[in-house]
Amino acid sequence: MSIQDFPIISVIVFLPAAVGLLLMLVPKDRDKLAYNIALAAGLVTFLLSIVVYVSFDQPLAISVNERLASGELLPASEIYQFYDEFDWLPALGISFKVGVDGMSTPLVLLTGLVMFTGVIISQRIEERKREFFVFLFILASGVFGVFVSLDMFALFFFYEIAVFPMYLLIAIWGWKQTREYAAMKLTLYLVIGSVVALVGALAMFFAAGGTTFDMVTLERANFPRDFQILWFPFVFIGFAILGGIFPFHNWSPDGHVAAPTAVSMFHAGVLMKLGAFAALRIGIMLLPEGAKFHLPWMILLTLVNVVYGAYIAMVQTDFKYVIGFSSVSHMGLVVMGFATLNHDGMVGAGVQMVSHGVMTALFFAVVGMIYDQVHTRQLDELGGMVKYVPHVTLAFIVGGLVSMGMPGFSGFIAEFPIFMGVWGEKPFWNGPVFPEWLNFLNGDNNWIAIVAAVSIVITAAYIIRLIRKVFFGEFPKQFEGHMHDVNPSEKLALGLLVLVLVGIGIFPSVIVPMVETGVERVLILLGGM
Amino acid sequence: MELNDLLIWLLPVPPLLAFFVILLLANRSNRASWMIGVGAAALSFLGSMVVFVRALGTEHLGEHPLGSSLDWLPLNGGFFRIGVMVDPLSAVVLFFVAITVLMIFIYSVGYHNWGQPKGDHDQKGLPPHGATVEVHGHKHVVPSIEPMFARFFAFIGLFAFGMFTLVLADNLLLLFIGWEIMGLCSYLLIGFWYGKPSARDAMIKAFMTTRVGDVFMLLGIALLYTTTGTLSFRAILFDESVLTVLASADSHVLGFSVAGLAGILLFIGTVGKSAQFPLHVWLPDAMEGPTPVSAMIHAAAMVSAGVYMIIRMFPLMAAGMDHGHLTSPMLAMAAIGAFTALFAATIALAQNDIKRVLAYSTISQLGYMVAALGIGAYVAAAFHLVTHAFFKALLFLGSGSVIHGMEHGVLHTSNHHVDPQDMYNMGGLRSKMPRTFWTFLIGGLALSGFPLVTAGFWSKDEILADAWAHGHLIVFAFLAIAAFLTAFYTMRQITLTFLGKPRTKEAEHAHETSLWMTAPLMVLSVFAIGFGWVGIPEKFPILGGFSNNWFHHFIGHSLPEWLYAEAPEFSWVPLGVSLVVALGGLGLGYLVYRNVPSAEEDPLRKALGPLHRVLQNKYYFDEAYDFLFIRSSRWLAEQFVFLIMDRKLIDGLLHLVARVTFWLGGIFRNYFDIPVINQFIGDTLGGAVPQWFGKQLRKVQTGVVQTYMILAMLVAFGGLFIFMFITR
Repeated sequence: MSIQDFPIISVIVFLPAAVGLLLMLVPKDRDKLAYNIALAAGLVTFLLSIVVYVSFDQPLAISVNERLASGELLPASEIYQFYDEFDWLPALGISFKVGVDGMSTPLVLLTGLVMFTGVIISQRIEERKREFFVFLFILASGVFGVFVSLDMFALFFFYEIAVFPMYLLIAIWGWKQTREYAAMKLTLYLVIGSVVALVGALAMFFAAGGTTFDMVTLERANFPRDFQILWFPFVFIGFAILGGIFPFHNWSPDGHVAAPTAVSMFHAGVLMKLGAFAALRIGIMLLPEGAKFHLPWMILLTLVNVVYGAYIAMVQTDFKYVIGFSSVSHMGLVVMGFATLNHDGMVGAGVQMVSHGVMTALFFAVVGMIYDQVHTRQLDELGGMVKYVPHVTLAFIVGGLVSMGMPGFSGFIAEFPIFMGVWGEKPFWNGPVFPEWLNFLNGDNNWIAIVAAVSIVITAAYIIRLIRKVFFGEFPKQFEGHMHDVNPSEKLALGLLVLVLVGIGIFPSVIVPMVETGVERVLILLGGM
Repeated sequence: MELNDLLIWLLPVPPLLAFFVILLLANRSNRASWMIGVGAAALSFLGSMVVFVRALGTEHLGEHPLGSSLDWLPLNGGFFRIGVMVDPLSAVVLFFVAITVLMIFIYSVGYHNWGQPKGDHDQKGLPPHGATVEVHGHKHVVPSIEPMFARFFAFIGLFAFGMFTLVLADNLLLLFIGWEIMGLCSYLLIGFWYGKPSARDAMIKAFMTTRVGDVFMLLGIALLYTTTGTLSFRAILFDESVLTVLASADSHVLGFSVAGLAGILLFIGTVGKSAQFPLHVWLPDAMEGPTPVSAMIHAAAMVSAGVYMIIRMFPLMAAGMDHGHLTSPMLAMAAIGAFTALFAATIALAQNDIKRVLAYSTISQLGYMVAALGIGAYVAAAFHLVTHAFFKALLFLGSGSVIHGMEHGVLHTSNHHVDPQDMYNMGGLRSKMPRTFWTFLIGGLALSGFPLVTAGFWSKDEILADAWAHGHLIVFAFLAIAAFLTAFYTMRQITLTFLGKPRTKEAEHAHETSLWMTAPLMVLSVFAIGFGWVGIPEKFPILGGFSNNWFHHFIGHSLPEWLYAEAPEFSWVPLGVSLVVALGGLGLGYLVYRNVPSAEEDPLRKALGPLHRVLQNKYYFDEAYDFLFIRSSRWLAEQFVFLIMDRKLIDGLLHLVARVTFWLGGIFRNYFDIPVINQFIGDTLGGAVPQWFGKQLRKVQTGVVQTYMILAMLVAFGGLFIFMFITR
């Protein structure tokens, strides 16, 4: 039996939820046991996701793309690897179909990594540890499910599963000051987003005859152009809300800040990717004509994200809010990459999802490590941490370098292609909109690339400010005795995250060709642009 | 890959390994860390010399450089290849980088007080304050070892790695990677003493200012890549057809051609990295770091990298040039370079800090190189780059030695209010620190362009000769005046520091530094003199035949054939001007500053009046930038974008929606739910109807088991019927 026959994807999806249910049977006072079970499950899931990543067959994916490009109508079981299916509600055309391609495989690995490290970082949680892991694992199952679902209904199902536990996780274990507000804000935004997207999805379902939610079938439904143009914004914006698109981004910093550390890691590291990913899978891939019509102007929204997020991050006084707004900025780059609809931009976006996911998980982990010990996140009250947590400082600096797109780190591998993708694209308007003396802005989207790239300077400014205020300078006297170095398991978690960031930066070929196979298929659907 | 090419790949590796090994394994041992650091630099040095000698022995090196490349980043269906390359230009740069880096590493061992005891109250992040030792019953304060001794060698190793990578890169992207690594290291090293607020400010300033340039450079790289599909130097710069297309294609930006725009964007990168006006502000503050770092930044690596990059990209900068008509990037370079050369020299006149004077002289000298490139004097720019690296490294290390000597005096008198860097606290150090004095003098004379002997004279003279020969008289005039000022402030510095009588007690007790520090000075002073002789113009009276202008012929062939230019015709005018400004400046400097007792009586202060204040405050650029860029953008971000846009507008709208929803909920409850639903449905439907049902159901509830069975059967069959016939 080869690895491709083992239902490994289904196991990855259901294992966390199953372990979550199992955890409920653990006696309430056995926190240590609950943590150990969670750690073991996290490790197993992480290892399985590594197996999927390593055994993903790239030559096969390339040959499949070639056959698709030549017009062959391959079934989903051949397009996606590790394919697995069983019927669910056949009467409604709903089935459970899972599989991965070059776009989703890295995200599965990312989720496995964030889950494992997230469990380690959560060891400091004291209140209701068992229940915390129950919800965290249900959330993880939902996230895995979205990345691997090939059925639109199942995708929505898992999407809601991923969003719902977030409310409880924030409202119960969150930061006391804002947790209720933030949990409510986040849930409302995301539910509204998914409802808007669902409307578009249902429109597709009925327009395709109302018999199947199968995404590969829907890709070939040839929706009329007017239909696509009408419904694309529903689906795309609906999902992109979860990706933090301007002006619907405000749930995210508040949510990040209020959430407990592991949830912030999941939230910014993985959950926001769900939005961008679903916007690609259901928005761009099913409605390519709509995408071609709308995305050229939506790229402006993402530009606002990039600059605006960075700009606000620069003046925040709360450590975690800085990171929260930086996520808004970086996720803008992801959606911007997809919005270019060309090879380089989308490859960059695919890599950026992983790079940002790992980086921001690292950031939030570091924030948590410091907050848990000194109980403040105000930048003015922090300082000199390098003395007590040198390794954490180093990890944070690596994350910072990724964030500012320093070559040699994954951020550069992701952002450089995105700028390349934006560069030279034609804008959505015909004819001049800028005045005569700014005529050079009229021809193409270069100026978007320029503005986005200049925001790197702002990114550098806030990252440096953080490093300086938190890790260097005077160590505040009132924390004397409160601050200790983190334990080896936490260092291991940070080390894993750093390894990915540096590894991609130095050996981009560990991820880029894989993402390329995924992008290639999107390009075929877009009509070989 | 051939063994020989492998050697080139391996050149940057030892310092990188040193970085990791020191940081991870040898952090506790000072002895191990300096040995690893210096050993790594020595290995790279030896390898570089082997490569250099091989490069010298290779015929037609310009057309067929050494090196090889590998697949790296998959982009757009193909692979982005990175590789290493040694052509005449990189060979020469490699030569001076390897030497200066090794010298700086050796010097650092002494500079950080290797062999001295641990300090009494030294803290990490602050310079060492000295240790008390008892000798024969007397208590002495002696210099103490740097508390982060090991870490320094790790960081500076990474710095060297960045520079070697940059020099050997065969494409712009790899060059950019080396470039950014150095940016990072300069940040870490300028802020090495992060306990000092001024160092913390300086590290941020350096990083952010160069970053502004870097982003534009990245855009230039993106533009080149999107238009040509490659970033390889050979593919872009040595293909006349590519350059012609680039020079004629319209970029749609302000009327520039693609080549013009890319050239200007790349040049902005250099403006940041090589501290040209208007991004020069970071470099003088960068001396907050330890002095070897200053030498690294000012001579061996960082700022040289900026000039190296535009020398490297010169064919692109010059693309579209015909018959001496300068292209727009060249014009920009000529203007900014010449202006910076003069502008920075004026500021240097009024500085009293020994390192600050040197910092401004660096900016000024870099302006020379940039201006030289702007007027097409490619070889002269490269020549000055090399000679400047030698004599500026020498001067910076020398100033560090002076400061150490002064600190010795401060420890002796225990008067910690005396600034050991202020030249007005010095004087008469010639007899106290003879080795430092003589080497510093050589460096200073080279910087001033002391005729015939020093390297600085030959390289500076070549730039002036080029400017004169090609009729760029404005540039010529700017550079000539700047040369005069350079000679003047250099002599001011030497006079105030070394000549005359000691002005303070501390200067009286200054002490020559150890051989760790002075030996590198002597080595560098050999090059500060000797390296000029390889580039003596062939037609130069008497001396012309010495080396047949070897440098020009060697470096000139880094350029593609169609750009190669012969050295300018010999002319007496620029030579005469060079002689006059150098000797005049030096003489005047000595005469004016011979007997100045204190800063208050600085003769320039009287002569220039309020202008002197302006110069002393560096034309108030720091203040202006702080107001224009930093405060204003913070204000905008905080007050407008965050508070008004994000919190008031977007969140406000959200809260409004929430409030309206709640209000509607209230309305529904009060005017619909309670009166209508509760009254009608609740009381009528909800009350009466179930009551009726209940009454009916009561009849079924007979208590007879058989009746229940019959009912259950009916329901089951009914269900089956529905399932089989209706849902199918």
